[in-house]
Amino acid sequence: MDKFAFDIAHFLAGSLVLVSLMLLYQDRLSALLNVFAFQAVVLALSVSWQAYVQGAPHLYLTAAIALIVKAIVIPVALHRMIRRLGIHREVETALNVGTTMLAGLALVALSIVVVLRVTADAGTLAREDLAFALSVVLLGLLMMVTRRNAVSQVVGFMSLENGLILAATGAKGMPFVVEISVAFSVLVAFIVIGIFLFRIRERFDTVDLQALDDLRERRG
Amino acid sequence: MIDMSLIDGLSIQISQMLLVLVSAPLLTGLVRRVKARLLRRQGPPLLQPYRDLIRLVRKEAVIAESASWLFRIVPYIVFAATWVAAALVPTFATGLLFSWSADLIVIIALLGSARFFLALAGMDVGTSFGGIGSSREAMIATLAEPALIMIVFTIALVAGSTQLSTVANAMLAGVGLRVSLGMALIALIIVAIAENGRIPVDNPATHLELTMVHEAMVLEYSGRHLALIELASSIKLLLYASLIACIFVPWGLAPAGAPLHVHLIGVAVYAAKLGVAGILLALFETMIAKMRVFRVPDLLGAALMLGFLGTLLRFVSRSL
Repeated sequence: MDKFAFDIAHFLAGSLVLVSLMLLYQDRLSALLNVFAFQAVVLALSVSWQAYVQGAPHLYLTAAIALIVKAIVIPVALHRMIRRLGIHREVETALNVGTTMLAGLALVALSIVVVLRVTADAGTLAREDLAFALSVVLLGLLMMVTRRNAVSQVVGFMSLENGLILAATGAKGMPFVVEISVAFSVLVAFIVIGIFLFRIRERFDTVDLQALDDLRERRG
Repeated sequence: MIDMSLIDGLSIQISQMLLVLVSAPLLTGLVRRVKARLLRRQGPPLLQPYRDLIRLVRKEAVIAESASWLFRIVPYIVFAATWVAAALVPTFATGLLFSWSADLIVIIALLGSARFFLALAGMDVGTSFGGIGSSREAMIATLAEPALIMIVFTIALVAGSTQLSTVANAMLAGVGLRVSLGMALIALIIVAIAENGRIPVDNPATHLELTMVHEAMVLEYSGRHLALIELASSIKLLLYASLIACIFVPWGLAPAGAPLHVHLIGVAVYAAKLGVAGILLALFETMIAKMRVFRVPDLLGAALMLGFLGTLLRFVSRSL
């Protein structure tokens, strides 16, 4: 592959990792959702570049799904949801940004080291994409671990799934059926989580998941 | 027999030293003027900083009774270190006589020592303001300097050197689209804003005790000492603008051994770059609100993170 195509792919995949770290940095919910939508746009660009480079037209469809579902539908729905829950101005103060960022950087370093060692005989682009995809997945997990608000945890889960899509497009020959089913299962998960959010709020008057832990302690 | 290239290098070096000295207050004046116009005020004329400097030099320097000898020599040290650092950054030509020593790490060290002495002078008189200013400056510096070092590592990994003229030539030759360079640029802009005490980190136009950092440190200075410190901070702003221009938009730099008219074009391009930088800075400062002092570590932490991430990503693409 020529150097220019590789540079563009490197640029887009690297930006995806950067946006994942930006997600960790945001402590306001509405800003978090905007960054999440931006991540989906970057993902769609990255996937369509892969489609162009690999000459794989079905990847364009994956990019379109990412763009429509994750950059438009889910962020708009989440925006309306936090507005209805009345938490769109809420600031999460439970986490320390500096510590989380350090942990995030350590995870990026870890995934780069691991993937580069393990995939010594794979193609250049696939190796790099896998390294970045693993970073995005781990950063999404970190986000789910460090946040207490249920909506932020949903965003963490969705950004984790963005990493999976990046990995799938980097590795050639991922069946399209699998991608479709992943996309729809995420959509279903989103709907289920949305219903749960309202149920949690009805019970506890908050979407702070700490409340669930308190309940368990009281019973036990 | 005297080598001709030595004379060339020397004359370029001397004209560069004069250029940075003369144009630094103009850049400060431009930023103030554009900012005032954006706020729909008349604003001071472009040459006002020169008039201020002349007025300060003419005035008597009042020194507190409790001040030691350190307080007196610090303005000269700060000014000299900043001026030398600014003279090392290629502004309009790369063929400087001292380009072998124009290393990014040297420039960081020069600026660091200037800041160290200024912080000492802030505490020297023993007023509470100076102490606050110095401690805040130290807090900002402990985060800004590692970030700057990480940025230098990223740039050095891309360009293969920390020497500025080599970096500029490598950038001119083309290094491809590098996401790590973009990160380094954003991080360098954040560090430049913090180091120069611009909004959102510090407000250069205020004397309100809650917000000031740099102004609190130099509050006890007057007369020619204050003139030197003000000139040094103008030069520092110019230095960061030239540094960003030299690394990220090196087009128009006259190469070593080029004829005179190429150098003149280099000066014109450099003036245009500075103008754009000044207008962008004024725009940015008008659009953004000042941060609380205790939020500043978050911003600089982001710069540090970007620098570190840039270095990491650079390692990935190198090891492939």
